[in-house]
Amino acid sequence: MRKSLYDDFMTDDAITIEGLVVRRGGRDTVRVPALGIAAGRVTGLMGPSGCGKTTLMRALVGVQRIAAGRVEVLGRPAGSAALRAQVGYMTQAPSVYGDLTVRENLRFYAKVIGASPDRVDEVIDAVRVPARAGQLVRSLSGGERARVSLAAVLLGEPDVLILDEPTVGLDPLLRVELWRLFARLAERGATLLVSSHSLEEARHCDRLLLMRDGEILLSDTPRGLSARTGQDNLEDAFVSVVTEREEVLA
Amino acid sequence: MSPRIALAVAGRVLTQLRHDPRTVALLVVVPSVLVVLLRYVFDGRPEAFQLIGPGLVGLFPLISMFLVSSITVLRERTSGTLERLLTMPLHKLDILAGYGLAFALLATVQAAVVSVVAFGLLGLDTAGSPAAVGALAIGNALLGMALGLLVSAFAATEFQAVQFMPAFVLPQLLLCGLIVSRAEMAGALRVAADALPMTYAYDSLHRVAADGALGARGTLDVVVLAGAIVLALSLGAVTLRRRTA
Repeated sequence: MRKSLYDDFMTDDAITIEGLVVRRGGRDTVRVPALGIAAGRVTGLMGPSGCGKTTLMRALVGVQRIAAGRVEVLGRPAGSAALRAQVGYMTQAPSVYGDLTVRENLRFYAKVIGASPDRVDEVIDAVRVPARAGQLVRSLSGGERARVSLAAVLLGEPDVLILDEPTVGLDPLLRVELWRLFARLAERGATLLVSSHSLEEARHCDRLLLMRDGEILLSDTPRGLSARTGQDNLEDAFVSVVTEREEVLA
Repeated sequence: MSPRIALAVAGRVLTQLRHDPRTVALLVVVPSVLVVLLRYVFDGRPEAFQLIGPGLVGLFPLISMFLVSSITVLRERTSGTLERLLTMPLHKLDILAGYGLAFALLATVQAAVVSVVAFGLLGLDTAGSPAAVGALAIGNALLGMALGLLVSAFAATEFQAVQFMPAFVLPQLLLCGLIVSRAEMAGALRVAADALPMTYAYDSLHRVAADGALGARGTLDVVVLAGAIVLALSLGAVTLRRRTA
């Protein structure tokens, strides 16, 4: 697998992007000239709401129509049939059936992907979602619903997980637990791209991508980012990257 | 194609319905209530009930499955579950087959109940067997499902989906020959009726009810209906896009 321009580490990339342009409503909403996402790592895709994180993630899963460029996942074009069993995608809005129970939802998705029924209990346990018998998903809180949606992604033990704001609206304790779960998955070899609009979550990531106005401003490790900006606090580091860039553009 | 996935989808749709007993009750009871109503509206003209009854018994499933499937599929489109399914290793046909199975089963129950009420309790009498009318009703339900699935692509909200019923189904009901024989319509409407699938649904029902068998023309009707189901499902499959803007 080829190396990206940004990457200064010697790990292989599970995802590579070249010349990606997504056009929506007559304007370029995402432009990524070149980018690699390291295999077996948790990469955080940070940036404010509306900066194009979801669009970029959709392009990686192959559900986004793109205007130009090449997106490859595990050496295959994004969205190709062979990847569907290997790539798990959690949409921002919980894509689960509100009129089914937690277990019914997961049993359904398990049947579709051919996962063993035992996986249902394993993933319920992993995301710590209450699976009270008979309780419909629509009666759960937003954060609980999001975790059911995450559980459905985990069912098939995918090699690549694209998770769109999985920790939004969760209490701090659960948030930390989920980031620990992501780290465990990466230890077992999975590649994770996790988006968040909350910069304080950056410290949980092995790699960071900072996105703004449809462009990737930065791809680095948390430590590299601190060293580059001379800021120990990652939020301050982000701010200095953004200000620096705006000064260059001005 | 994978029967495992089609069965999983069908099972899921039926489970969703099981959690919504009121909808199921309405689906099963309302057609029967309407047939009872029709019987006593035509109390003074029993021959009119005998004429219209089989058509209505056979067309109800088309109308209700159109509504149920257009809203179920619209929900699937807007909730993101369809997008998730399409990122999974499955064929679009698996989803369509699953929906077809679930709604055909539901239509069978619906058609059976309304047939028992119409033929058993209200004295509806046809030259052909009630079972033949019921079989056509299930076929019509599949047509309704296929059309509902197709129009769900053009509805952004459930309000719009519900409005597609009067927009797509009522004109067909007026033109199919159930209310006024097509021979009495304006020429342009006759041509329009010939292009609409419900015309063939009604015609096949009418032939079984009046002649006792489909005959050559009725068989052609059924072939056209099957073609319309395949066409609507194929167009519907095209609207299940993996890649969207």
